[in-house]
Amino acid sequence: MIAPIKRRLGLCTPLTLSQREAVQGFIYISPWIIGFLVFTVGPMIASAYLSLTDYNIVTPPRWAGLNNYEYMFGDKLFWKSIENTLYYTVIFVPIAIAGSLALAMLLNQQIAGRVALRTLYFLPSVTPVVAAAFLWLWIFQPQIGLMNSIISALGLGNGPLWLGHPGSSKPALIIISLWGALGGNTMLIFLAALQGIPKELYESADIDGAGGLGKFRYITVPSISPVILFNTVLGVIGALQMFTLAYVASSGRQQQFSPGGPLNSTLFYVLHLYNSAFDFWEMGYASALAWVFFVIVLAITGFQLWTSRRWVYYEGEDS
Amino acid sequence: MLPAWRVKRIIRYVLLYAVAYGLTIIFALPFLWAVSSSLKPVNELFLWPPQLIPKTWRFENYVEIWHVAPLARFFVNTVFVTVFSVSGRILSAALVAYGFARFRFPFRNILFLLLLSTLMLPYQVTIIPTFLLFKAFGWLDTYNPLIIPNWFGGGAFAIFLFRQFFLTIPKDLDEAAKIDGANTLWIFIRIILPLSKPVVITMIVIGFLESWNDFFGPLIYLNTPEKYTLSLGLANFQRVVSAGGQATEHLLMAASMVMTLPSILVFILLQRYYIQGVVISSGSK
Repeated sequence: MIAPIKRRLGLCTPLTLSQREAVQGFIYISPWIIGFLVFTVGPMIASAYLSLTDYNIVTPPRWAGLNNYEYMFGDKLFWKSIENTLYYTVIFVPIAIAGSLALAMLLNQQIAGRVALRTLYFLPSVTPVVAAAFLWLWIFQPQIGLMNSIISALGLGNGPLWLGHPGSSKPALIIISLWGALGGNTMLIFLAALQGIPKELYESADIDGAGGLGKFRYITVPSISPVILFNTVLGVIGALQMFTLAYVASSGRQQQFSPGGPLNSTLFYVLHLYNSAFDFWEMGYASALAWVFFVIVLAITGFQLWTSRRWVYYEGEDS
Repeated sequence: MLPAWRVKRIIRYVLLYAVAYGLTIIFALPFLWAVSSSLKPVNELFLWPPQLIPKTWRFENYVEIWHVAPLARFFVNTVFVTVFSVSGRILSAALVAYGFARFRFPFRNILFLLLLSTLMLPYQVTIIPTFLLFKAFGWLDTYNPLIIPNWFGGGAFAIFLFRQFFLTIPKDLDEAAKIDGANTLWIFIRIILPLSKPVVITMIVIGFLESWNDFFGPLIYLNTPEKYTLSLGLANFQRVVSAGGQATEHLLMAASMVMTLPSILVFILLQRYYIQGVVISSGSK
């Protein structure tokens, strides 16, 4: 009864059905829009501004132009963290992808107890990273740890100092990460993709006399190539963000080392960013690091998507 | 004599089973070693060579950890943060996904692409201004920074998951309710949500694991030890417990297992839903 009166008074023009629908749609998505503006867009703009200032939280930000970026180029720890992060990513991701695919292919066979096996393989990836770090620190304990006792039992002499030595700290972290990653989400996604490959493809390949390797190369890989791309892109983004494991492994043990040790051998990019922001309170410099990180991640992801056109096949597409 | 192809097949089977079951040792050994260490008295920790089976079983370790550190406190804190984070994620993500799935509005596809692109945005990029914002709100050393952002959409992944599911619910159901005079919110609450139990459970598992295991957030925002969550408390466990320089690995392993157990239980009980969610997210089904 009120609407017609309002309309006559010119208080509101009637909305068409589609306009009403649009208004309602916007209302429903408004929590995300607000969150996106407040927690993503706003902070990104703010961090671009902060990256051009000197800001230690106590005194207001002071304009510094490009000083932070210039400083970054001369910052030895910045380059060290890039080196560490690339080392970790380049070694970890290919092994994780290939290993997860191998496990998925294994579970795709007719084996009794497949579901139980899948669960067992998966458990390391639900283990909280902090707990996993301590489990493995204890295994990697140089003198009486399980790992070195196995190494010496095999007659290979004394094992390395693992997380106590810059030469073996990153390999140790890679081993821990692999333990947590091989049977995890990546494997589940591969497994689902493998199960989606039509059986007829393999059958006709059998008739043509194709061997196991040939079937893998010409049927399995092309069929799941979109999923390989998906897993690789997400795997690389995840590896570049390496933080918790390195932080706990290098600082959790009674602070023998500062986070990122020994000798900065586990100082990954995000750890350097964290130290700059929350240890030294250099918010301006840390914001510059954050923006450079964003550009690096964007560039690496873009590069992968660009090269993927050469090797990823989508269903229903020629070529 | 067996024919050659049968011998080949048997060898293949033996290898397959040996590898598949042999691998479980690699995945399980760290757990077994941790459990074994957590049940040993201190003097047995440093035996050489290491023994997997304790000579003396010391179950008291699992009692002691609750006394030497405020583990119960951490536990309650973590449950609190997890419950309110996960419920916020699910409610707000479902609402937003409903908007994307059932309504036409300008820029809908662009907004949805924008939403998906945030999946690839590392959270570190925005962490500093976000920290400063929460500091301005007076939220440092409270649980607000860990909980409240979850109530604004719950993240691209959750929204995507709900939207994909809503798209599979026939629109006829909405239309029928609309003819009966139901408004859109009523349709959402009475029709869409009850049909979405599988995704809700999926998000409970995924959200639980993320909040329960989160370390970065608590590390940045919580200062008072009484407010620590389990991950932060565990990271500082040795510093608290071994003030005298005595070995505490048996207690540390026990505490690690206590923190890990809920994650494992939740996963094992609800893995069907979890796996579905992960598979949908990859777009491969």
